[in-house]
Amino acid sequence: MPDMPLLKLENIGKEYFGNRVLADVSFSLNRGEILGLVGENGAGKSTLMNILFGMPVIASTGGYEGSLYFDGEKVSFKSPFDALDVGIGMVHQEFSLIPGFSAAENILLNREVLNRSVLENLFSPRAATLDRQTMNARAARAIETLGVDIGVDTIVSEMPVGYKQFIEIAREIDRAKTRLLVLDEPTAVLTETESQILLSALRKLADSGISIIFISHRLQETIGLCDKLVVLRDGRIVKEVPVKDTELSARDIASWMVGRNVDNNPTARRVNSSTGEIALEVEHLWVDMPGEAVRDASFTVHKGEIFGIGGLAGQGKLGIPNGIMGLFPAGGTVKLFGQAVELGEPRAALDSKMAFVSEDRRGVGLLLGERIDWNITFTAMQVQDRFLKDVPFFGKFLRLRDDVAIAEEARGYIESLEIKCTGVGQRAVELSGGNQQKICLAKAFCLKPDLLLVCEPTRGIDVGAKELVLGTLRRYNEEYGTTIIVTSSELEELRAVCDRVAIVGGGGVAGILPASRPPEDFGILMMGEKIDA
Amino acid sequence: MSENTAAFQTRRTFAQKITALFAAHAVPIIFIVISALAIPISGFSATYLIQELLIRIGRNSFLILSLLIPIMAGMGLNFGMVLGAMAGQIGLIFVCDWAIVGVPGIVLAMIIGTPIAVVLGLLCGAVLNRAKGQEMVTGYILGFFINGLYQLVVLYFMGWFIPIADTSLVLSRGYGIRNAISLMGIRTVLDRLLPLRLGPFDIGTFHLGYIDVPVATYLVIAAFCFFVIWFRKTKLGQDMRAIGQDRAVSDSAGIPVDKTRIIAIVISTVLACYGQIIYLQNMGTLNTYNSHDQAGMFSIAALLIGGASVTRASIGNVFLGVILFHLMFIVAPMAGKNLMGQAQIGEFFRVFVSYGIIAVALVLHAWKRHNAIMNARRSLRGAPGKKEAA
Repeated sequence: MPDMPLLKLENIGKEYFGNRVLADVSFSLNRGEILGLVGENGAGKSTLMNILFGMPVIASTGGYEGSLYFDGEKVSFKSPFDALDVGIGMVHQEFSLIPGFSAAENILLNREVLNRSVLENLFSPRAATLDRQTMNARAARAIETLGVDIGVDTIVSEMPVGYKQFIEIAREIDRAKTRLLVLDEPTAVLTETESQILLSALRKLADSGISIIFISHRLQETIGLCDKLVVLRDGRIVKEVPVKDTELSARDIASWMVGRNVDNNPTARRVNSSTGEIALEVEHLWVDMPGEAVRDASFTVHKGEIFGIGGLAGQGKLGIPNGIMGLFPAGGTVKLFGQAVELGEPRAALDSKMAFVSEDRRGVGLLLGERIDWNITFTAMQVQDRFLKDVPFFGKFLRLRDDVAIAEEARGYIESLEIKCTGVGQRAVELSGGNQQKICLAKAFCLKPDLLLVCEPTRGIDVGAKELVLGTLRRYNEEYGTTIIVTSSELEELRAVCDRVAIVGGGGVAGILPASRPPEDFGILMMGEKIDA
Repeated sequence: MSENTAAFQTRRTFAQKITALFAAHAVPIIFIVISALAIPISGFSATYLIQELLIRIGRNSFLILSLLIPIMAGMGLNFGMVLGAMAGQIGLIFVCDWAIVGVPGIVLAMIIGTPIAVVLGLLCGAVLNRAKGQEMVTGYILGFFINGLYQLVVLYFMGWFIPIADTSLVLSRGYGIRNAISLMGIRTVLDRLLPLRLGPFDIGTFHLGYIDVPVATYLVIAAFCFFVIWFRKTKLGQDMRAIGQDRAVSDSAGIPVDKTRIIAIVISTVLACYGQIIYLQNMGTLNTYNSHDQAGMFSIAALLIGGASVTRASIGNVFLGVILFHLMFIVAPMAGKNLMGQAQIGEFFRVFVSYGIIAVALVLHAWKRHNAIMNARRSLRGAPGKKEAA
């Protein structure tokens, strides 16, 4: 049956803890075909690949729905090794290379060619020595297939980043069995020329009969390379189109990816309370935040404005607020109402009346084991010397916690933010995600900040709580005129709550647009294309 | 102009290279300098020094070599090697009791010690797998724990329900082994198996005497070195190197990480057992309750003095370390006596140096790792040209 597709997905679906992330995904892939899989962060691409690869996380969260066919046979992989066994190779976004090993050693990692010896019969095959000559020859052949020139003896840690990507792919090519290759963002770390070499190498591989699933955010190269395009949005396939026959533009794809119903939340648009006075001025900011590095970002935020920062994961959007608050090493200039803020020093940021709601709620945001009221007032107590009682004669050297004032303050917030709890003495760890987030907001409000930075305010909380949290932010802004910077992966949320939204890409600001612009404009910015402001 | 810049940069990198070379080998260089100063002050003759060094290299090298394989597997300095030393001592106690002398006695002690060392190694490996990243401190404390079991066996069980026939080994109360056991039956038998005497060295009117070389011991050590070299080339050795550099990547490539780590510790423990037997046959006395304690600390100190680090150690480090470490032990007391009028200063120096050097090596390791992390962090931002504004 030569016409039978190599890979066929039928009605694949997946729920994580009652939260649907994939529904009814079906497509097929023929031999030697390249399929481009695109979608926003959270569209379900990674989950789909985890299912395809039999990652343990899938089984441990209740398995998946639907069926997978590989080479005509129904398969269900228990572990990634099962997937490798039938011939599915995966190149991950993070490198899985041994830094001190040569290219050849990495390409043949745990598949080394061994010399025959008596010892392997006596003990185990692991007692046999390595046949380095054959290993080098095999590695050289795999590298050659890719059309690049990398010495097999080169140590990986001394290679430019682009080369490492080639080594990863060469490893999959060397597996004789590999028939399907999955590449997750392979060009993200490559330069323009390296990308071109890689793309033509992939074309060659496909022509030799290997099927490829290509996941990329760079739409232009996806269009150039793939035979077929599958667009995922909110866990569903919104579009499946052949690339070659149609004239596709990056703009079309972007609108499919982000194109929710634009009018679904028209009342949410808020009144702009900005005065035009500049509140925050950021120039050439760089931040060393692992996974969210910022290279050179500049923007200004007006007083009384709600300013959104969006963009794909890993582009640096979270690095900006974390860097301004001094949580990671940073440089450049940040001025708050004309006053320069010392970077790399959280205390300096807090002293200049900025407050921060971290995306890492359980790690940075809360003292999980402590009472609600302590959580809310802790930073104010530390930074602003509030909620403290003087002890006679001791002056500044000994002061006691003012429990009455603390409880009163907390009670106020519990009421106004509708925090569901048994009382001010309940421990933060016992609350639901949404209520924990409200505690984080209360803690920030308690500082009476001039500028409030909020990261991923709705991550991991249910829909009802989302509305409440966003509503709270909006209300706080309107009541006190506080300038707010919201960082979020959810574009719709930013468009609903913000005045202007900056899209971050490649560690810099790709563009700043008014929130009223159609979503596909933001989508195009996210994909690294230019757009008129 | 650009050529000038390039030349200037090469020159600078050359100077930097020399600085880097000194920084990388600071510990051995300091010891070479100290020894070079102390040797003339001590007034020892060359033949005496060489003879002493030859004996001590033969005595200690095997023990130190046993540390190499766990370092390769990324488990750091194996403080758990004292477990192997204890196994070897138990073997020696039985051999003494049964009065088996000569090389057969040594071989029998090894045969008895091996299964004990394997069991202790498996235990140690299993514990260390539950304490990944804290192997060294865990191994060190595990050494204390097993020392307790060792004492229970040797001090209470032997002569009670483990029969010990030779009453001269047993404490006067009727059970438990004496504090010091003479190993007369096997004393230096390996060293004297293949006798080789060099000399006499007479230069002018100076009569400098003979140098005896313990040939058989050196052959055993050479065999061990070849084993290490061969082992590095095997699949198992390759797997250990991979695990040593990145556990997660090795795991995702299908290398059985935990099992391989246990194998590394078992090999190290068994070899430490043999090493301790070789060490004690040279010393001729077994300090039942102390010998193993010193084995770990001094071996690790010697390896570090040879320029090894927590993550990298070679056969060259072993021999350079054992030479420098013992050279200092030989000359320091005499140099101390000649300088200060008391030999005690040298003894103080020995303990001070052993612990000090381990502390320094661990601090250096932490410092280098910190630097590596900082560099990795800086590289996150990518092209350096982009941050000129910083």
